[in-house]
Amino acid sequence: MKAAAFDYIRASDIAEVCQALNDGGPDCKIIAGGQTLVPMMAMRLARPSIIVDINAVEELQGIGGDESSLVIKACTRQAAAERSPEVRAKAPLLAKALRFVGHPQTRNRGTVGGSIANADPVAEIPLVALTLDAGLVAESAGGAKNIDISGFFHGLMETSLAPDECLTEVHLPVWNGGGVIGTGFQEVSIRAGDFAIVAAAVQLVVDESGVCRRAAVALGGVAPTPLRIEATAEALLSSDLDAETVGEAAHLAANEIDPGGDVHASAEYRRRCARVMVERAIIEARDEALRRAANP
Amino acid sequence: MKPREISVTVNAKRYRSEVPPRLTLVDYLREVLGLIGTHTGCEHGVCGACSVIFDGQPIRSCLMFAIQADGHEVETVEGLAEADGGLSPLQDAFWETHALQCGYCTPGMLMATHALLRSNPDPTVDEIKEAIGGNLCRCTGYQQIVEAVRLAAKRMRGAHPEAGKDTIDE
Repeated sequence: MKAAAFDYIRASDIAEVCQALNDGGPDCKIIAGGQTLVPMMAMRLARPSIIVDINAVEELQGIGGDESSLVIKACTRQAAAERSPEVRAKAPLLAKALRFVGHPQTRNRGTVGGSIANADPVAEIPLVALTLDAGLVAESAGGAKNIDISGFFHGLMETSLAPDECLTEVHLPVWNGGGVIGTGFQEVSIRAGDFAIVAAAVQLVVDESGVCRRAAVALGGVAPTPLRIEATAEALLSSDLDAETVGEAAHLAANEIDPGGDVHASAEYRRRCARVMVERAIIEARDEALRRAANP
Repeated sequence: MKPREISVTVNAKRYRSEVPPRLTLVDYLREVLGLIGTHTGCEHGVCGACSVIFDGQPIRSCLMFAIQADGHEVETVEGLAEADGGLSPLQDAFWETHALQCGYCTPGMLMATHALLRSNPDPTVDEIKEAIGGNLCRCTGYQQIVEAVRLAAKRMRGAHPEAGKDTIDE
């Protein structure tokens, strides 16, 4: 269980990262937190010839943005995002989901951008990024480009990032106006901190009369990529989120998906979990919004 | 690949070494520095036995390469003991509550909970469980480890002028 030999470059700015990726070719890999890459290297599932370490790149760390969007630099630690009052205020769904990501030791190294670029189908951060329709920024020697997350996840741990591109920023839109926000994040896993079997993320806006004005719903663990469930979100709109509507909306989610079975869970179990997790996440989000509306 | 020179501070002592890039931090601590208190378990980030404190935060030292620690600070279980070689309050509490049996997970448990008590001197049971959630113990079970952390927290607060409330008998 030792990684194969590789050459190591510690980059000090984004230009150096891009140059190293450009010169290094497809066998060159970025290391951010390394919480997936290093085990894969230990098991020889990954054998990069060159590792470009971005941990010392200051311009890739930090949390900022404005009224309309929260900007998390790609190499920001998950633990830093978890502790950030700005994340709690502007992207409460991410703050909630981060508590489900691994363990304190892995969140102290693991990064927000690294998890998105890694694109594990059951990972919480990519699921939240998709739910909130995040904007991504990637840079290469050719310059920076914006990536719409709807086309970012291509398959199991595959993304639209080219081998010479480095994810640099994650922009999470802040939902303003129309009422009070509520968020729900639910997952089934064998033990706390393990990979989820199925995870559901929900964000809602509820107006002053208790009617749902905006909704986003997504599932992880039911396909090779996280999935937005538009039919469920649409079913919630203009309703007062009564038990019957919520139950039907969750049922729609279970019908929308075509999960596979594996050693962790059968396809039937995943579908059942998807319905229950979506239902619980909607209820969690609704109750949170109603509580916040009552105690502004 | 040819070895590279690194400089790492471990338990407040500065070390300069030549390491191949593929050497993990845990193998560096054990095999190059001879600090064998940190245990190697699964070597792929599952068991937590290799937990050390890196720049003040607990991490898994099998999931980092030693070369990445160049210029950084590491604390290991060897750094916990008092200056006279006596057990730290946390180690003493582990001893008293029988929080170890074979001892394999103990250095990782100690470092994870040492970091917890430094940032949170009065943790709840749930907070202790969260702190050791990434550390596997296959013999004592976790109950006595949680008890040890609560006992140590109580004693350490008692030694402090602004001691917190007593939580051990809740």
